Amino acid sequence: MGKPSKYTLSSTSTGILQLSLRGSWTVDAGVPDFGEVLAELDNRTRRIFFETSALESWDSVLPVFLNRFLPVLEERKVEVDLEGLPGGVRKLLRLAEENRGKKRVEVESPADLASKLGNYTLAGFKQIGEMAVFSLDLGRDFTRLLLGRTYFRPRDLLYFIQNCGASALPIVSLIAILVGVILAFIGAIQLEMFGAQIYVANLVGIAMLLEMGAVITGIVMAGRTGASYAAQLGTMEVNEEIDALKTMGVSPLAFLVIPRMLALILMLPLLCIYADFLGILGGGLIGVGMLDLSFTEYFIQTREALNLRQFGEGVFKSLIFAFLVGFAGCFYGIHCGRSAAAVGRAATSAVVAAIVMIVIADAIMVVVFNLL
Amino acid sequence: MTIDRTVIEAEGLTLAYDEKIVQENLFFQVLAGDIFVIMGGSGCGKSTLLRHLIGLQRPERGKVRYEGLDLEDMTEEERHRFLKRMGVLYQQGALWSSMTLEENVSLPLFYHTSLSVKMTAELARFKLSLVGLAGFENFYPAEISGGMRKRAALARAIALDPEFLFFDEPSAGLDPLSARRLDELILEIRDSLGATVIMVSHELASIYTVATNSVFLDTRTRTMLATGNPRNLLRESEDTTLIEFLSRGTGKREVSLL
Repeated sequence: MGKPSKYTLSSTSTGILQLSLRGSWTVDAGVPDFGEVLAELDNRTRRIFFETSALESWDSVLPVFLNRFLPVLEERKVEVDLEGLPGGVRKLLRLAEENRGKKRVEVESPADLASKLGNYTLAGFKQIGEMAVFSLDLGRDFTRLLLGRTYFRPRDLLYFIQNCGASALPIVSLIAILVGVILAFIGAIQLEMFGAQIYVANLVGIAMLLEMGAVITGIVMAGRTGASYAAQLGTMEVNEEIDALKTMGVSPLAFLVIPRMLALILMLPLLCIYADFLGILGGGLIGVGMLDLSFTEYFIQTREALNLRQFGEGVFKSLIFAFLVGFAGCFYGIHCGRSAAAVGRAATSAVVAAIVMIVIADAIMVVVFNLL
Repeated sequence: MTIDRTVIEAEGLTLAYDEKIVQENLFFQVLAGDIFVIMGGSGCGKSTLLRHLIGLQRPERGKVRYEGLDLEDMTEEERHRFLKRMGVLYQQGALWSSMTLEENVSLPLFYHTSLSVKMTAELARFKLSLVGLAGFENFYPAEISGGMRKRAALARAIALDPEFLFFDEPSAGLDPLSARRLDELILEIRDSLGATVIMVSHELASIYTVATNSVFLDTRTRTMLATGNPRNLLRESEDTTLIEFLSRGTGKREVSLL
């Protein structure tokens, strides 16, 4: 293989050329250039025929080569005799011939910046509209649920509670302790300069209660539960399971979305409280281990620094975050397209949207709570 | 059952999918007891038409009427009552994957009736045995084969003894024997329930075996070419596209099942 030339062109009589193909014309062996053949063609050439006795093997490379080559011959009004080619090659050429000249269907995609920007904006507005409709529907179905006019399976709610409560404890524990450790560590370096190590307890306690407990559990649940909600509901949409619910008269919002969101709203505040405690514990480890404080000192200092209002603010935040994570997960799941790729996109969008909304909502709440 | 009573009517129906017109100006009537087949080539909008008939999508223009009542004008209560009267078998079965087969079949019963839990379970088991799935009550949809899933979905579709049964390509993806058995099962169930069947299909074998009435959707012109009994259409139609489809491209005017 890899012979320099895979064809020879010879003249049998005036104006008649014989193109002999030899060796292997396969994808592995590479496609020869036909420039050489063209160079040997001249105005006197009237007819060309093929000779393939030395051709060892061929695949689609050969018809592709001929397909490039034949139109050139046609243009030069050279008669082409395909008889010498293997039967399979002639068949493939004939099949391709039927489709020659068909225009490639261009998929519409506006290239210029302005229309791209316009399309993104319109899509954004459309999504905001869909979210508004989704919220209204959610409210309507929740009312109907309270009136006993629709239902979900209690077992589903219990399952989701287990899933976003107890099952989330290991990861929340790990992250909460580490966040406490990190906060204490950063604080310790700064406060040691003033000999005020003891205030590490204030720093860690207030940060955990006000901010970190709610935000980190919110973000962990966005990645863990929000994404899984979006993927579950998206898969159900792809499998027409949601359609099957609709045609049975069961509202997918009441049956699928509300138990999921309720479970999150019930469990996230509890996870947040749990994270608060573990964060303080993590800070205590640094306080005791690095700053020569005793456990009692550290925890008395912590207790002094904290009040119920801080605790309440954090828990309230986590309640809002729970709603946002559940909302994003379920919204993108229910509005998933009908393909496997769409399920992946839905999960990604759910996580990204949940985290963005958590941060925005947190900023708003920090300002509002400060004014109150 | 009165003969020749129109139960479903499409009037100037125009279907759109993602803001793209799929089919325009459809007019047809389905009579009580019909096995009505929606036929046409791939991608002509058969499933979209079915989704419109069962109210999953709103028509771009035109109306779908059930016993003279416009689907769009129904009050919530009327709609609920209407949904109770219909059963749908989706293309992939669409069984709820987080529930066992028995729970799948029970849910419609539980939702639409006030039967006791015991009675609901008993009915669900009975429906499963009708489709040959007795003993598989506690299996999840992912644990059974594609053909079994279709049959379980059929059991769910007939859970409420519906008057209107919709099938979206019931035999797609099944081997010829299973496909034929499913056709027979559908016929038997229709005969015993006295239901009106609307099904999407491009399987000529099953079209000629079961259909009493049909509509043919054309991909190129984006509208219907004919409606009527497919055997009669094959004999009498003048339309070349339709004849080509019905004769599997041979142009012969007689039914051949192979």
